Order: sequence, then structure tokens, then C-alpha cells
Amino acid sequence: MKRRVVVTGIGVVSPIGIGKENYWNALRAGTCGIDTITRFDATEFTTQIAGEVKDFEPADYINKKEAKRMDRFTQFAVAAAGMALEDSKIDLEKITPERFGTIIGSGVGGIETLETQHSKLEEKGPSKVSPFLIPMMILNMATGHVSMAYNAKGPNSSVCTACASSTNAIGDAFKVIQRGDADLMFAGGAEASITPLGMAGFCTMKALSTRNDDPKTASRPFDVDRDGFVMGEGSGVLILEELEHALARNATIYGEIAGFGSSADAYHITSPAPNGEGATRSMRMAINDAGIQAEEVQYINAHGTSTPYNDKFETMAIKTLMGDAAKNVMVSSTKSMTGHLLGSSGAVEAIAVMLALKEGFVHGTMGMHNQDPECDLNVLPNKGVEADVKYALSNSLGFGGHNATLCFKKFEK
Amino acid sequence: MFDKVKEIILEQLGLDEDTVVTPETSLMNDLKADSLDAVEIIMAFEDEFDIEIPDSEAENFKNIGDIVAYIESKTA
Repeated sequence: MKRRVVVTGIGVVSPIGIGKENYWNALRAGTCGIDTITRFDATEFTTQIAGEVKDFEPADYINKKEAKRMDRFTQFAVAAAGMALEDSKIDLEKITPERFGTIIGSGVGGIETLETQHSKLEEKGPSKVSPFLIPMMILNMATGHVSMAYNAKGPNSSVCTACASSTNAIGDAFKVIQRGDADLMFAGGAEASITPLGMAGFCTMKALSTRNDDPKTASRPFDVDRDGFVMGEGSGVLILEELEHALARNATIYGEIAGFGSSADAYHITSPAPNGEGATRSMRMAINDAGIQAEEVQYINAHGTSTPYNDKFETMAIKTLMGDAAKNVMVSSTKSMTGHLLGSSGAVEAIAVMLALKEGFVHGTMGMHNQDPECDLNVLPNKGVEADVKYALSNSLGFGGHNATLCFKKFEK
Repeated sequence: MFDKVKEIILEQLGLDEDTVVTPETSLMNDLKADSLDAVEIIMAFEDEFDIEIPDSEAENFKNIGDIVAYIESKTA
């Protein structure tokens, strides 16, 4: 019998709220966190909107000296991990640090630090580049700092699979516990790429929505007029715990991780494979891992980026997987409210699914006016529904052709 | 000069303004700076006082008093 893995703590820093309660209330209310960019002057950019994290004070979570040595994405991760730990009520004095691991993913890591220091290099020369450039920029530092902050000495790594990073991270952490190498894991992702260089790169790819005059409906997954994704930022961290370990300390259990799948398109750097066949295989692997049939899945938290390609191909992938049952499965996109948190999106979406299973409410896909006939799934336009969900999937699909899917199950002993 | 040097050090290390710093205070032993902090603090002095502090000199600083004395000798 395989060891079972449950989620016992949640921490989130997102464009629609910091902390579990704020995040969940915003998801329930259908609040959109997208607005005009304030972190820098984006007047010259074709896209001037994003989902920024507001009112984040690093000093609320991290001591001042440590915070100064962290890029914004790492600050988000340490803050989210701290909230998750507090939420889990784990007493660090009573657990074995060597059995507590960390896997945090990120798509781009410390790009803000890289930009600032590159400017220093150009303006003042190589001897003026900060000695903290490298330890702030490299994307494994979110994992590194989280382990240092909370003395998690077990299996420790980071994942970089673009927009699939944190779903891969949670999947990997799930497997670490399942195979017996740890009892507790911090798992999630962190991203902070709303910077001039980050935005410019995505703008020239023409990947981003240019609906600058209407930020609140710019991210409109599955809508016929969708014109690209909206960049978001933040972090989601979950505490994954082996079931008996959780029961022994009488922990609150949000839900169970029942399966994980991942695959490669092996097709193109940015375009999904024809018919979304890679995503279909990833979802199929996750449900096989969970030991269930496709028609048992009641809810899919879609990757749903609001780009013309993604939503069309993801729809095809879901139809291929589910056949006739595709008409009934509830589908929604968290990105319609948060924007696309890139390497952190899978983690904040996993949290949305965990809360949906526990609270019995599936959030809607906001900003949707006209459903694309090519995306003819039950996408819960503009409104969530009360629903008792037993099995749910969460998809993350990344540039490079990475596909990752988690299968979640409502907790039953 | 001492006050300015102290201010830069406290700022770089994220320490409170009321941290006790005297000419005898050691960056690494007393204020718990590590080698990377030390590099960044030296760079901040170079910026603030518009001087160059070669590594060969910086290695000889034993305490804040040595730093102040060196900077005064270069900015006099």
C-alpha cells in the first residue's frame, strides 16, 4: 500500500490577496487583481497592465537583513511558507528536521536583481556589481531560503519548467513523501517578473493581452475575444504531509494529493502540440496514478491562460481525455482573477482546488463575455458554484512543452 | 565621518539605529557581517565617499575605527 499524502497547511501571496482567508474570499467573490502597472513606468510598453501583489511588506515576515539579501520572488516564497507553516500548526520542536523537505519552483527567478545589477555593470563597471547578485538571482534560492528560515533539512531542490514549475514542484514533493524519503514537505512556487525586462520580453513575444483600457476583463480565458495572458506575481506554498503523520498530531486536512502526471510535447518552444496531445497524456498519467477513471473527475482547474492557443488546445485535450464526460466536468481558470503567475501559478491554483474541495465551492472564470465555440466546456462563466467535489485536476502547461497535472481528492479516512 | 560610516553599516546590515557601534566594534565579530556583507559595505563606502578601497587595504581593517581612519586619509 502506498503512503498517502495530504495537504495540511496553505500560504499564499497573490494579486487578489495575501493569506489564505483574503485569497479565498477574493476567489469566492470573483475579485480581479489586475490593474495598471505601478511598479515601474510602463507607458512605453504595449502592455501596461498586470496582476501586482499589493501591500506586501517583507518586514512582516522576514528580518530586515535577510530580506535585503532576497529578490522579491524569494521574499514572496519565504512569506508564503511561513504562513503555510503557521496554518499547519506544526511545532518545529516536535518534528524531525531531516524528514521535512522543500521544493519550490520558479519560472524566471530573480530577474529584478539581474536587471538592477546589469545596469550597475553598464554604468559603473564590474567592480560595482553587488556580491549578492548571484545568491539573489538564482532561482533555487527560494527553496534555499525557505529551508534556512524554517530549518527544513530534508530533501531539497527546485524546479524550473516555466509555467508548469510549481505543479511539477508539488508533484515531485508528493512523490518524495509517497516513496518514504520525507514526512513533510514545503511545496510550491514563487515568481516576481513584473519588471521592465520581464514585461518587455513577453510583450515582444505578443503573448500578453494589450487590453490596457479594461484591465479587469483583460484576462478572459475561453472567451472568443481573448488576446493574451496577463502577467501576475506572487507565491503559493503548501505543506504536504504523510497521512499517518498528520493524523498523529491531529492536523487539519484540506485534501489529499491522489496522483501526479507530467509529459513533454516535444514539439515547439512556445506553441502547444496539435490537439493538446501532450496535456492529454499528462492528465491521463495523473488519473492513472490516482487509480481512477476520467469520468470520476468533477472539476478541472485549467491552465486557462487567456491566450488564443492555450485555451483552444487545452479544451481539445480535456475532450480527448474525457470523451462525453467533458460536457459535464466543471472547468475554471484562476488566472481570470490573478493573472498568470508563471512558475507560481500551479501552486496558487492548487490552493484554490484544495479550498474548493474543503469548502464545497468552485470559483468561476471571470471576465468572460462571449464563450469561444472552440472552448465549449462548462467553464462557469463569471460565477462560481457550490459543489461537493470528490476528484479534481489542476493543469499547468509551460513554454518548452512541459505539461504537469495534479489529481486531488477530497479527504476521507 | 564616524557617524556617516556607522549609518552606512547599519543600513547595509539592516540593523536598528540604536545598535551600539564604537571605533572598536568589529564588523564581522560584533555585527555578524559575513564576507559578502563586507564586500557590499566597502562598495557603499566607495560610492558615498567617491574613493577606491583596494581589497589589499580592506583586508587590514580590524574594526570601525580602522575604516574611519582609512577613509579620512583618502578624503582629506
